[in-house]
Amino acid sequence: MDAVLSLPTLDTRRPTAIAVMAMGGQGGGVLVDWIVALIESQGWLAQSTSVPGVAQRTGATIYYVEAIESDGSGRRPVLSLMPVPGEVDIVIGAELMEAGRAMQRGLVSPDRTTLIASSHRAYAVSEKIAPGDGAGDPAKVYEAARAASRQFLAFDMAAIAEQSESVISAALFGALAASGALPFPRAAYEATIREAGVGVEASLSAFGRAYDAAVTELRSPSPAPSGNTTRKELPDLKPVGDAGFDALVERARQLPEPVHGMLAAGLGRVVDFQDAAYGREYLDRVESFAEFGANALTTAAAKQIARAMAYDDVIRVADLKTRDSRFARVRAEVAAQPDQLVYATEFMHPRMEEVCGTLPAGLGLWIESSPRVLGFLRRFVDHGRRVRTGTIGWFLTLYLLAGLRRFRRGTLRHRREQAHIEAWLERARTVARRDVALAAEILEARRLVKGYSDTHDSGEGKFSRLMAMAGKLDGRPDAADWMRRLRASALADAEGRTLDDTIKTIESFL
Amino acid sequence: MAERSFAKEVEDLRLGDGQEFHGEGILAITKALLQSGVGYVAGYQGAPISHLMDVLSDAQDILSDLGVHFETSASEATAAATLAASVMYPIRGAVTFKSPVGTNVASDALANLASGGVTGGALIIVGEDYGEGSSIMQERSHAYAMKSQVWLLDPRPDLESIVRAVETGFELSEASNTPVMLEVRIRACHVRGSFRTKANQRPAMSVKDALEAPRRDTGRVVLPPASYVHEKEKIEKRWPAAIKFIKERGLNEFVPGDIADVGIILQGGMYNGVLRALQGLGLADVWGTSRIPLYVLNVTYPLVPDEVADFCRNKRAVLLVEEGQPDFIEQALAKILRQANISTPLSGKDLFPMAGEYTAQVMGDAIGAFVRQWIPDSLAPSVRASNAPPALEEKHARALAEVVPARPPGFCTGCPERPIFAAMKLVERELGPHHVAADIGCHLFAIMPPFNIGTTTMGYGLGAASASAFNVKAAKRSIAVMGDGGFWHNGLTSGIGNAVFNKSDGVILVVDNHYSAATGGQDLLSSRAANRSRSTRHAITEAVKGMGVGWVRQIDRTYDVGRMRDTLKEALTTDQPGPKVIVASSECMLNRQRRERPLFAKAVKAGQRMVRQRFGVDEDVCTGDHACIRLSGCPSLSVKQTADPLKDDPVASIDNSCVGCGNCGDVAEAAVLCPSFYRADIIINPTGWDRAVAQMRAAVIGFFQRLRAKRRLRLA
Repeated sequence: MDAVLSLPTLDTRRPTAIAVMAMGGQGGGVLVDWIVALIESQGWLAQSTSVPGVAQRTGATIYYVEAIESDGSGRRPVLSLMPVPGEVDIVIGAELMEAGRAMQRGLVSPDRTTLIASSHRAYAVSEKIAPGDGAGDPAKVYEAARAASRQFLAFDMAAIAEQSESVISAALFGALAASGALPFPRAAYEATIREAGVGVEASLSAFGRAYDAAVTELRSPSPAPSGNTTRKELPDLKPVGDAGFDALVERARQLPEPVHGMLAAGLGRVVDFQDAAYGREYLDRVESFAEFGANALTTAAAKQIARAMAYDDVIRVADLKTRDSRFARVRAEVAAQPDQLVYATEFMHPRMEEVCGTLPAGLGLWIESSPRVLGFLRRFVDHGRRVRTGTIGWFLTLYLLAGLRRFRRGTLRHRREQAHIEAWLERARTVARRDVALAAEILEARRLVKGYSDTHDSGEGKFSRLMAMAGKLDGRPDAADWMRRLRASALADAEGRTLDDTIKTIESFL
Repeated sequence: MAERSFAKEVEDLRLGDGQEFHGEGILAITKALLQSGVGYVAGYQGAPISHLMDVLSDAQDILSDLGVHFETSASEATAAATLAASVMYPIRGAVTFKSPVGTNVASDALANLASGGVTGGALIIVGEDYGEGSSIMQERSHAYAMKSQVWLLDPRPDLESIVRAVETGFELSEASNTPVMLEVRIRACHVRGSFRTKANQRPAMSVKDALEAPRRDTGRVVLPPASYVHEKEKIEKRWPAAIKFIKERGLNEFVPGDIADVGIILQGGMYNGVLRALQGLGLADVWGTSRIPLYVLNVTYPLVPDEVADFCRNKRAVLLVEEGQPDFIEQALAKILRQANISTPLSGKDLFPMAGEYTAQVMGDAIGAFVRQWIPDSLAPSVRASNAPPALEEKHARALAEVVPARPPGFCTGCPERPIFAAMKLVERELGPHHVAADIGCHLFAIMPPFNIGTTTMGYGLGAASASAFNVKAAKRSIAVMGDGGFWHNGLTSGIGNAVFNKSDGVILVVDNHYSAATGGQDLLSSRAANRSRSTRHAITEAVKGMGVGWVRQIDRTYDVGRMRDTLKEALTTDQPGPKVIVASSECMLNRQRRERPLFAKAVKAGQRMVRQRFGVDEDVCTGDHACIRLSGCPSLSVKQTADPLKDDPVASIDNSCVGCGNCGDVAEAAVLCPSFYRADIIINPTGWDRAVAQMRAAVIGFFQRLRAKRRLRLA
């Protein structure tokens, strides 16, 4: 043992390292099995590991493969059981943010790594539970990936898998083949899938589609997504052939051109909600803001006033649920085949609040003010109902409810909504005389009022707090900016903790 | 029935002499047991050795052909106690469990076993759940080996070494009359590789033989005066015998190197990591050739003082690679060197972090530091002055930190435990927050968003036990959660029995998903399915009542959120004294889907009328407040960006992975959320009658729809 040895000849080759970043339940194991089988079929030696544990339950998980061409001596290589930062040749992200995680872990390096990612998003719980938009910006991942990897290949492989009624593993395998990161021909990949023998046709179809998509993508990479939001589709402000509506369009066209798209959307919504007369009221209200000559303020008005005026009452919900377009959408959403029948069951829980709101204002108020009547009726009303909209009885019930639209203006709910809207708009108009930016923020704060029952109440609570803060901030040059931050914090979490913090911050300097 | 089937893979267990085995570490261990002539095997599932239990379970035919008895133990304590069969009889036995948690549970039996010693080889295969992917407290099993004097094997993480460790482990156990613990780390359990097989051996003596010809020796029973004798025997006979065996058989390995004035001593399990780090420094290659001499401890307890001394003597410095803390091996090495009067400097935790996994990065940094300190000239210039820029620029790192979300494990799509915690959230709204004692199992995911329920977890099955102190008169009651796995493991006595005896007033919620679900869906006493080799269908409520609980409620469909909520409320408010036990039962959705999906597909293919259910959200009705998600967290219920210019926030959306469990609808109803959820019943292969009814409905409904559509403006 102590004998002095001469300098041994070291083989300077490095094993090829492949890391697969996936979420539990995505089938990352299948992909790794294919990769190993592929590599071994080419006369290489491979080793794979994973850390499933509880991470298999939807959590982020990592699989790792190392491989080296056999030197023919029969020796077995000593391969690492975990990726070495900076020494990974191929990283496969089965979801966009998992590709981001690989970069955070240092597994992607500019001189070495081919980064293959499915660009689709599976939102994490933390992204989904925000009352606003909590989703991470995919553009950041693209930017980092283009800078940090030797080659970045990303497209929606989940969609490809779905088209082929296969799993994402097959699409990822296709992208890997097309990337050329492993020195094996396409036929070897396909033979591997055939050899594995499970869902062969669907897998090969997804593999082929992904291969083609990858080739196209490699030739001319698609631009990175710009931010998270889907492009909003603003309709054209144009006549539709109805005298009443077209008169409104004509009137709306007098407003500045940049606002037209939002006006078209808003006008369409409120007229659809009620009638052309309601559209006139809408324009009255929007015009009262257009007077200030600030397009941003007018756009905010066009959007938020439409949202507020087309509130979600029983009549509206019944109307939306019974439309033929909705029946068709349900079929499409559940991907029903033409020969299959689809019935929808709605989960409705009407409370006395909704019932009173739908009654004529006087009657509704009387019931609300009489605890005994209210309590008596509640026993019959206040419980969950499974409404089978596809059956004639239930359909007609909802249909008749939707037909109450013509009486809507007389309902308690309508009266309350209008009073609320008027107070809010009056406030914004008053502020607009001094500070149009702050007025626009007062309008945008309406975004907080959404949901039903308790959620709606808590949204209104937050809205009121913002209105109170607007009063305190009024007169400061940075008032609008603070209002924007208040709105963002109110949408960050449901409990209002972030909002509390922002309010505290503001109060510290007021 | 377990989540993963090894029915195909177990056929490899029949391989004979000189054949090539390809597969996972877990399967290799099973093969090694059979090659070693094991007489009985037992264990308790838990990552990373769950699959070992699954493999054994799927291999029962092969086992019984060989005359090997296999038990699915009630707990790790049961598993360890099973090794009692090797005390008096020369039968090789092996047990397996997760460690150190399983070893904690097993420690009473292990200590007794180690005291009396064994005649037949006794092997304890522990899956060391440490580092990335671990779900438990970060500790070492090493301490158990030391305290009970059980030998600890830590083989190199490749199949050949692991298989050899199983084989020599039995021999070591027999040569030293001491149980042997074989430690396999997470990645090694799941590593895929190959080795050359030997033919399986029938046990020389079977359990049946022993049962029919019993033997006894009071000297082996742990009772004074024998117990005093045992301790002396451990030191005077068993220890030296073990050292002799380890040395003679060369269980530890020496890898030569030309830079002989330094050396690295390492745990076998660290071997591949060390080699890769040396390769990075240009001091080793992928075939295991190293320029620095290595001393690989495939046995980490006991250490062989002569080997250590010989390796360290005449070296300028030695580095010890020992993962985890306390640094037991480093302390022991220091003592050996001191006593042998060897002044070679010993590095270890001065260069490595005391706590935490030895990741590739840690390994590279520490070994690099050692090399730079002692043999800087051996480094290639490119390695010595590496000026590679960081892989990720600062601005990108910051941007990613903002957008990449944490993705902890959570409830699966359609999990029946989700509605239980949704109901608890609703009760919380009415009655305020309660002290909730959590337990080990999938239900522990409730501690994370969106539920944020659960305060402590004190060990498997100890949910109810950990609420014991709260058994005082107060305005609120404690709620203890326990899974069916934990219930049968020990919760029935440690929790329910304890609560009855101490007249506890608390609420105990038993989450019964019909399996030991978190560990991979193994069957339990209360599993509903018939199991060929185990007795199932023993109701939890019966056991609870038998223990003396008066207030017991069984809920057979956890998805009924309203009922779940009302039952919880009743338990928290009833005047009845004594513990209140709710058994909330619905089958684990992963297992249910695995069972039902193929049957469903088959029926559809055969043209039978089948109804598939899934949920959806009406985009027009959804206001994007996400209240439903805050009461669910289901992977199939997500958000979707919308093109509607009047909607600033994404709306809720359900994708096609929905299994139609019903949670969304029930929550929307019970929590009075919103009317945007719908359930779609998709009738596949409708009958003539179905079609006739549908046509009639479509005619009537279509008439009215057209009527209204005519009056409505078609806008865009």
